[in-house]
Order: sequence, then C-alpha cells, then structure tokens
Amino acid sequence: MKQFVGQNVKRKEDYRLLTGSGKFVADMRIENMVEAAILRSPYAHARIRNIELSRAKNYEGVLDVIVAADLKGKVKPFTEFVEFTLPPQLEADIKPTIKKNPEPMLAEDKVTFVGQAVAIVLAEDRYVAEDALALIKIDYEPLPVVTDPYETIKEEAPVIHPELGNNIQSYFEVKVGDIDHAFRQANHILKTRIKTPRVSGNPLETRGVIAEYQERNQQLDVWSSTQVPFMVRSYLSKLVGLVEGNIRVVAPDVGGGFGPKCAVYPEEIIIPYLAMKYKRPVKWIEDRLEHMQSTRHSRDQVHDVEVAFRNDGTILGLKDQFLLDNGAHNSFALCCAYNSAAHLRGMYLIPNYDITGRIVLTNKTPNVPYRGAGRPEAVYVMDRIIYMIADKLNLDPVEVSLRNFVRPEQMPYETGIFYRDGANMILENGDYVKSLQQALKIAGYDEFRQKQEEARKQNKNIGIGLSSYIEGTGIGPFEGAAVKVDSTGHILVGVGSSPHGQSHETTLSQICADVFGVSPEQVSVRAGDTSLLPYGVGTFASRGAVTAGSAVHGASKQLKEKFLLITGEMLGVSIDDLEMYGGKVYLKNSPSKFVTLQEIAQAAKPGPRCKVPKGIEPGSSATYYFVPPTVTFSSGFHVAVVEVDKETGFVDILRYIVVHDCGRVINPKIVDGQIQGGVAQGIGGALYEEIIYDKNGQLVTGTYMDYLIPTAMEVPEVEMGHQEYLSPHNPMGIKGVGEGGAISPPAAIANAVCDAMRPLKIEINTLPISPNKLRSLIEEAERTESVLK
Amino acid sequence: MKPPKFSYLRPNNLQEALDMLAEYGDDAKIMSGGQSLIPLLNMRLSTPGYIIDIGRVEELKGIKEEEDAIVIGGITRHVDVEKSALVQEKCPLLTEGIRWVGHNQIRTRGTIGGSIAHADPSAELPCILTALRGEIVMVSSEEEITVSPEEFFLSYLLTSLEPNQLIKEIRFPKIKKGSGYAFEEVARRHGDFALVEVAVVIELDDDGTIADAKIALGGANSVPFIPEAAEEFLIGKLPDDSILKEAATLQLDDLDPEGDIHGSKEYRRYLSGVLLERALNRAIDRAREGVFA
Amino acid sequence: MSNCNVKIKINGEVIEKEIESRWLLSDFLRDKLGLTGTHVGCEHGVCGACTILLNGEPVRSCLMLAVQADGLEVETVESLAEEDGTFHPIQQAFANNHALQCGFCTPGFLMSVKNFMETHPELPTDDEIREAISGNLCRCTGYSNIIKAVKDAYVLKC
Repeated sequence: MKQFVGQNVKRKEDYRLLTGSGKFVADMRIENMVEAAILRSPYAHARIRNIELSRAKNYEGVLDVIVAADLKGKVKPFTEFVEFTLPPQLEADIKPTIKKNPEPMLAEDKVTFVGQAVAIVLAEDRYVAEDALALIKIDYEPLPVVTDPYETIKEEAPVIHPELGNNIQSYFEVKVGDIDHAFRQANHILKTRIKTPRVSGNPLETRGVIAEYQERNQQLDVWSSTQVPFMVRSYLSKLVGLVEGNIRVVAPDVGGGFGPKCAVYPEEIIIPYLAMKYKRPVKWIEDRLEHMQSTRHSRDQVHDVEVAFRNDGTILGLKDQFLLDNGAHNSFALCCAYNSAAHLRGMYLIPNYDITGRIVLTNKTPNVPYRGAGRPEAVYVMDRIIYMIADKLNLDPVEVSLRNFVRPEQMPYETGIFYRDGANMILENGDYVKSLQQALKIAGYDEFRQKQEEARKQNKNIGIGLSSYIEGTGIGPFEGAAVKVDSTGHILVGVGSSPHGQSHETTLSQICADVFGVSPEQVSVRAGDTSLLPYGVGTFASRGAVTAGSAVHGASKQLKEKFLLITGEMLGVSIDDLEMYGGKVYLKNSPSKFVTLQEIAQAAKPGPRCKVPKGIEPGSSATYYFVPPTVTFSSGFHVAVVEVDKETGFVDILRYIVVHDCGRVINPKIVDGQIQGGVAQGIGGALYEEIIYDKNGQLVTGTYMDYLIPTAMEVPEVEMGHQEYLSPHNPMGIKGVGEGGAISPPAAIANAVCDAMRPLKIEINTLPISPNKLRSLIEEAERTESVLK
Repeated sequence: MKPPKFSYLRPNNLQEALDMLAEYGDDAKIMSGGQSLIPLLNMRLSTPGYIIDIGRVEELKGIKEEEDAIVIGGITRHVDVEKSALVQEKCPLLTEGIRWVGHNQIRTRGTIGGSIAHADPSAELPCILTALRGEIVMVSSEEEITVSPEEFFLSYLLTSLEPNQLIKEIRFPKIKKGSGYAFEEVARRHGDFALVEVAVVIELDDDGTIADAKIALGGANSVPFIPEAAEEFLIGKLPDDSILKEAATLQLDDLDPEGDIHGSKEYRRYLSGVLLERALNRAIDRAREGVFA
Repeated sequence: MSNCNVKIKINGEVIEKEIESRWLLSDFLRDKLGLTGTHVGCEHGVCGACTILLNGEPVRSCLMLAVQADGLEVETVESLAEEDGTFHPIQQAFANNHALQCGFCTPGFLMSVKNFMETHPELPTDDEIREAISGNLCRCTGYSNIIKAVKDAYVLKC
C-alpha cells in the first residue's frame, strides 16, 4: 500500500494562492462595513494632557473616533498571557521574579512607546479615516525617555511604569553544578559581551482584523491575521466579557507569521468590540508603517559571558548575565529569556553553568517571540565563544566543538535543568559528531584551508564558519484534531493549529491518508477556525507537525478503529478478520468482500439502521487531543562560506550548508522549504536587519527602505543534508523544523567572516555585520596590529 | 498609507502643462512616473493641493541625438533609456549606471526628469549627469533656461527648479571615442539607494597619458560632487596604481556626506575613495582597450 | 478634479468607472473591482507584492494612481490561468517547485516573472533570474525554489 508520509505530495494550498483566489483578511469586504485607522503615539514617553476630537468626528464620512475613555469599564487591559506563564515545577525550581505589567488597549493618561495606539477612527473607507487622523489634536507633555537596556536598570532612570518600582520587569537564575569550582580549575578564563540586536519578523502580510456582530443570535465573527485564533477568542471573551461560545475567530489565509502574530494584540480586542458597539462590520488593516512601529519586535539581548576552559579546549563552566530589552511591556512571562537560558549550552556538555536573565523595560515597542525565540541569541553567544576559545588556544574550532559535544553514547542526555514546559530537559537522541562530519564533508572543510591560502595570495579573503543548534520543538500543552468521514466517503480533518505558510492542508492530509490507506486527495484539512474544535492552540514554536500531526494521527486512528467495529457489526464478523486499505474495509482472505468508507459512514448515522456497536456513540467522527510529554529536540549544523571585500567591508555568502535532524520527515520539499526560508531570515539578522531607535525613542528604521529584508540577490541556495532520528515522544517520531533554519546563520556567518579576515583578529560580537561596522573592525585591527597566532 | 485629497490635472501638451503650472505652481506638484512622489503622498509627507500629471505630454518624451549630446525628454522612462541602443552606443556610462536605479518595476515607471528633479544625493542619474557635465533644460510659460548640474542641484532634495518650471529635457554629452568610463556603486542590498557611487569618464592621449578626466561622486555630499583637484591632478599623468590611488584620496576631506544608519559620515567618505579608485581603474582599462577606437 | 472617470482595460475587459483621483491603482483593483489577488505589502514601492503588468510591463500598483492607468491596459494575477482553470506554465512551475509558502507575495512574483520571460526568451542564468525578481520580497521561501520554478517555467513553456 502506498504511503504518503515521506513523499513530496504537491501542496493543496497552491491553487488558490497562485490564481489570486486565496482569501487574506484584507481581501474581505462585508456589506455596510466601516474601516478603521489608528492614531499612534509620535512620542516614546509622554503624558497625554488633552485630546481634541471634534474636527475629526465632524469630518465627512467619519462614523466616530474612539479613545481610551470610551473603553473604560467596557474592555479590560492585557495583564499577562496565561499561556506563557511558568509551570509550577519550573516556578519552584528557579523562583523567578515576574512583575505583572498591564498593557492598555489604547493609551490612557500616557504613552510609553512610539506607535502605541491612542485613538481609532471609524470611517466609510480607509482614505477618509486617514484624513480624519490628521484632524485629531493631542496635547502631549514629553517625559524623559530611556531606550538603552543598561541605562534603564540604573537607579536614576525614568521609571516607565511607576507601579513596578523600577524597569526590571523579570529576573531569574538557572544553575547547574558548581560554577566557582569550575572557574578555579580552569587554565583560561575568557570574558566578553555579545549582543543580538532588535529585529522584526515582518511577515509580508501585515496584521489585520475584521469583525461582524449579529444581534439576532449574539454571534461575533472575527477574522484576524493571527497564528493563534483560539487565543484571540479566549481573550476577547475575557476582556470584553462575552460568552466564549458566541465568538468565532477565523484565521483565513495568513501571509506569514513567524512569531509576531503569535499572541493577541489590542486591535484584535477593540475592533470586534467596536463592531458590536456600532452594529456595523469593522475592518482594520495595518499598514507597513504601523507594522514597523506597533507589531511586536524581537531578540534584543545582551550577554555578559565568562567561560572557563582547559588547555585542550574543554569547557568547564560558563557564567552569563544577560539582559533582554523587552520594550515598554512584557506579557509573555519568561518566554524568550528562559529559552535562551535553556538552549545556551546547545549540544555542548558544559557541566557547570550559571545564568541569570533580566527582562528590562524601555520606551520601545514591546517584544514577542520571533522564529527561534531566544535560541538565535543563545547560539550566537555560544558559537562565538567556541571560536574565541579556538583562537585563544590556536585550535581548529571543529576540534573545540568535538571536545565538548554530548556524545551519542550519552543519549538520552539529562541537561540538569527544566525545560520551559516544566519537564526535565533531556536531549533524547541524535549523533552530533556524525551530523557535524556530514556538514563538513558537504562543505569540503578539509580542502577549504588550501583554497583559503590560495585566495589570500590573490588578495581575496574567504572564510568558513560553523554553528550548531538544538531546539526544543513541539511544545504543548496540547493540540487537537477532529476527523470525520462524511456521507460521501470524503474525509474531513479539522485542527486547532492555525497555519500561515506551513502547508497544514497538505502534510496533515498525508498523515490522515496513510492511516485510512487513501489518497490525500480524499482528505480535506481545515484549520484556523475556532468552530472546528472546542480547544486548539496554534502554530508557533516549531510545533505544527509535532503536535497537530500527532493529533491528526491519533484522531485518524481512533476513527479507523471505530470504522472497523462498525464494519464488524455490518458484516457480522470480528474486527480481527478485517483490514482497511484503499478507502475500503475488507474481509481478510476474501478481498471481494468489502464495504466502503461511504457505506460505513452511512451505517454510523444514529437511527434504526445504525450499525455502531452498543455502548459506542453513533457518528462517523473522532476527536483527539495530543498532549506531548515534553518537547522533542531537533538539531542541526550550519556552515557558511563567505568572501569579505576587505576594502569596503561587504560580505558575500558563497555557500551555505545545513545538516539537520527533524525526526520523521512528512514531506521533504516542505521541510527543505522551511529550512531555506529560515536561513534567509537568519541571513537577514546576520547581515542586514536591525530595528534602530534614536535617543528620543524615535524609530529610525520605520520603512522598508531602512529595515533591510534580504532579496533574492542576498540569499544563496542552501545545500542540505538530513539526519532522521525519530523522536520517542510522539507516535510518528516527528520533531519540529520551522525555526531551525533561522537559529544558526548569525553565528555561522559571523564566524566565517572572522575566519576570512585571519590572521587579522576580528571579533564580531554584535549584529548585523554591516559593511560599515566590519570595515571599522578591520581598520581597528590593522591599526593595532591585532593578529592571531 | 493613502494619499491625501488633491485635485488632479492632466495636461495633454506642454503648453497646457505650463499654463497649469503658472496658475497652480505654488500649490502643485508635478508628477511624471510618480515613483518618488507617490510614496511621499502615501505617507502623507507631501500634501499638495494639485497634482499636475505630465505623464501624457508627448513633447517631453523621447531620446534623440544631437551633435554633442544625447538629449532625453524629461518624462522618458528609465527603462527606455536602459534599452536604448543609441544611449548604449553614444553614452554607455548612462546605460551602465541606470541599471542601478531601483528595480525593474521602478524603472518601468520612473522618469529621467523625475529622478533629476527629486535630487536625492544618492541617486544615480544626478551623479552621472554631473560627471558628464550635462545640462538640464527647464521651461516655464515665460522662458526656457539651460543650466548645469552645479547650478541645478542646490542641496539635499533641493533644486533651482521654480514652482512654475518643469524639466523639459536633459542633455547627456556623448562619450568621445578613445575614452573610458565606469560607474561604481555600493548599496546595502541590491536596488537600494547607494551608500556611495562614482561616475568617471577618462580620455587618454595616444601616448597613454590622461587627456581629460571627469568625475562625480554621489552620496558623498548633499549634491553630486566634482573632485576638481583630483581631475586636474590626473590630467597629463601616465596612470599607474599609485597615481590612481593618490587621485582617489586627494579630496576625501572635501566630502561632507550625511551619516545615517547604513553608513557613517567617515565610512562614506572613506568608501568614496575606494570606489573612485576602482572606477578610475576600470575606466582607464576600458580606454586602453580602445573600446571606442 | 478630485474625481475622475477612468477607462482601463483590465484582464481583457474594458472597465469604466468614476473614482476619486487620489485612489491608488492597487486599492482600485482590490476594493472597487474585487480583484484581490493583487496584494498590498508596503505601500511604498519596496516589497513588490502589488506588482501588476501595465501595457505588459511590471509596475508597482501601490505607486500609481488608478487615474494614471486611464486608457491603458492592466493585467493582474487573475488573468494568468486559462478560462477552464488550467495553470499558466509559470503558475504550474511554482506549484511543482514549492516556490510559495504563505503565498502573499506570490502574485507579485508571477507578474514580474511573466514579463521577464517575455522579454528574455532564452533560458536565463540564475543570476539573471535573481536580479529579475530582486524587486519582489518574499519572507517565507528564501527564494531558491522560486529560482528553480522560473527555470522550470522555461521548460514547461516549450
């Protein structure tokens, strides 16, 4: 029987998206709809003294203008996203300080970052709404601004939210082993500061919400460009005080998410509220300028690291104190910060480890997890350190890596800490040595040094750099799937995980098809709709295939089981005599005797003709919630080969190699696509992208002319190798793959650039590696004659 | 990001356009391709009362050859210049440089006059025109005036174009046979505005000495910059690596680029020297190869 | 005038409408004609999602007023497939090569590529393809499958 898991099944999503018949939120229009435009704060920190709305309200075509006062008592602020709060085991272990940090829907008496929503205009169309924005007059009293994470923790810094006492919103510490002892034993101690700046996920589709309220049955329909429709529904219900069952949230075609759409935003609460209040459908589509300012940013970590190691490169211990500059609010508990702490040691043993993280607030846009979510930052720290150790000891960095890896015979390896889901963090399987060797072989690492020498003679600077990562993927708490066979024999799958490019309709139909022994053509997958299931979580944290895949697998198996029972009843045989394939159930040894899925589905209907055995609910559907015991660890190696134009400081990526393990591969082309796309974003972070604020908290990179997303000219084709160590944590052995590509490029590229400049000693410990920055480093190294041995 | 309200006027010929300018000039913006103006409208950074769309004024369109120059009508599109065999033959520096303007989807709408009038110091056309010592022909309902780039470009996004004037045509001098040329640019990404760009035309004597050097730097100052001392230094010299290096760095202190997040003042200044040296090398190689011999 | 009458041939059909002169062509296509296949990504001419063909050439429909297209011919992504729904070779090649993920930027790429193939009849190099699509941003695919798709489209076209 043909298996579809593992095959390059063509995507079911493509037809509509290629013909322009997809439906993104902005593509929708509803009769009698009004459009919203949002006035956003031009100040990073200011008191609102007065708001004058009359001219805007009287402008022709304006329905109304709404400010915070209009929401008072009607819509509550965000306090924290409970989905991200710590499980009790973890809480008890690390005893963090986390101050609750409410975020108002619209700024009330003061604004705390540029881009914060202050007022909303509802008008006949967006053009008119924008005209009216210009007529709103707000009297601001500017307050002192703080944008630097080190400034904001000083005693004298202006306190952004006085109720918190200071700007340190969270604090935690993770310890393993005896760090002081390790440092006493070391031959060398290296100390450095490594920084990953603020970036923005920037999906090509901005955010957007449409809401329609029907008084007839109090039904509130919301369409939002979100990764988490169930979470939007839940907060709408909580914050506006609505019956949850009356709310339906749909994420239609979503044009990329990458993390920034993985939480609820004020607009997703206010727009539906306004649709109810004014009894007219309301549409709000974020424009790119708003997106740059108000869709949450990410990364922005500075690590002060000390590492203790022996002459042979063995790392004995690592101390790290880091700051995560979260902007003006944090509703995500320790999410990215704890991810960084948990992943920083990566595949390296490092038996003694002491890391403290502080999440600090500044007058910038709030942060959110973005592809990698704390891991690119950690990997950048760790793999720069491997290279710095190698430089110090005059060893090849590969040798230093090999000296410190968790060995295959140590698997499953207990890391000695909890994961964010509260389980012991255990690297379950994999062979890092073998993976590294595979990557080096593809890269031609051994021959490269020769080439490098020859290139140097021609005054060309080429270099090779490595990075490795592990990633806890497929986080819980659960994901759901409902599978049913309709009266025509077609299989319908509904899942709680909501896609935005990941190809759920294709991959999940492959999984279901294999269970029933049908073609994926016979399976339709629906997602991104809270009406499909009672509970759902979403697509983020490399969890779609692991959690939704396992849920579909589980639900399909349950329904298959039920169908065999029904067939047994229909044919008067034991289910042991039956087998299912090709969309039919056959009597074993008698292949001419069979019933079709359609016939079974009809026999599952309640009523006198029902053939469902007694004690079992009639019906041709099954719902299953997959609850993973813990995350599953994907891993990979990245190798970058670069050429540096020494005179200009420009970096050209000549080759890029990835070898990775994501367990069972459902659809190879889709997996490769995730890797290639992740690497492109990683290259963005390595060489081009940075969100920059000036001292006044003004966003300097507010357009696509300043925030540089790589084009086809900047992203090479990734050469890939695969390892397939099946995870024991789910029935199909899947590990997540969505984020991996984005985790290692900054480290691999920075290491390659440093390597290219040898023997000049260049240390790239901040990103992006802009030509200006690199040129300054080269100049400085030349001036001080800083040369490696 | 939607344009504010304005009145839209579309003249059918040059006279109509000039009449409209005379009437509404102070409160009007001329639009040809709109590739610089519409982003400003969408961001509401420009809120003109009137937009005079000269995109259909046929008299302003076209590429023609005169004795010393290729004369390009103000609303001729980048893509038409890029593909012009005449331009490629007589003024290949322009063909080489124009490919650096944005992307194809911009060049299909953007016009030569629009780019010159916008006067972005990092834009390619102002730099090329300055290097070639070209001319800009401005016209109003009263008169027609021809000015040099130095007279035209006053500062960052500021020109001597009066509200009642528009750019009729631009004269790009032909590159003489026996000359070499080069356009060098670096930008953060392909298609971005230049960090720095350099346009060079070098004429060699039969003995290989430099008979004439014309240079302009873009992105290195608030207007395209002509390093006159470097040009003079080169003339009469037999070029070699050290001479070119010296010429390239001779006037770096005279540059006053605007520093921004993509490159500091110092970096752009330094980069100007690197690119100028590269451009000089390439131009001289071309001249030596006798591309036009 | 703040309102204008326009007559534009869109996907082969002549459309006559009165519109506000400030309306962008992208909004006109999407909101007034329901041609929502043309997507709007940045509205300042960088991302290329809104690329359409104007008289056969690729342009940013967010950097054009609808009134500027008066009397001209516009093609959008909706015009590519055959009437019976059969893919255009470029669409087929994109599907064959997993050249799209979320699909938001895709219509812009398709229109840029259509013009590129028409103006470059011989199979181009990878570098030429990269340059041709460099005015279209994609945040999902990392471009390499798009480049493969363009090459594949040359094969399918034959």
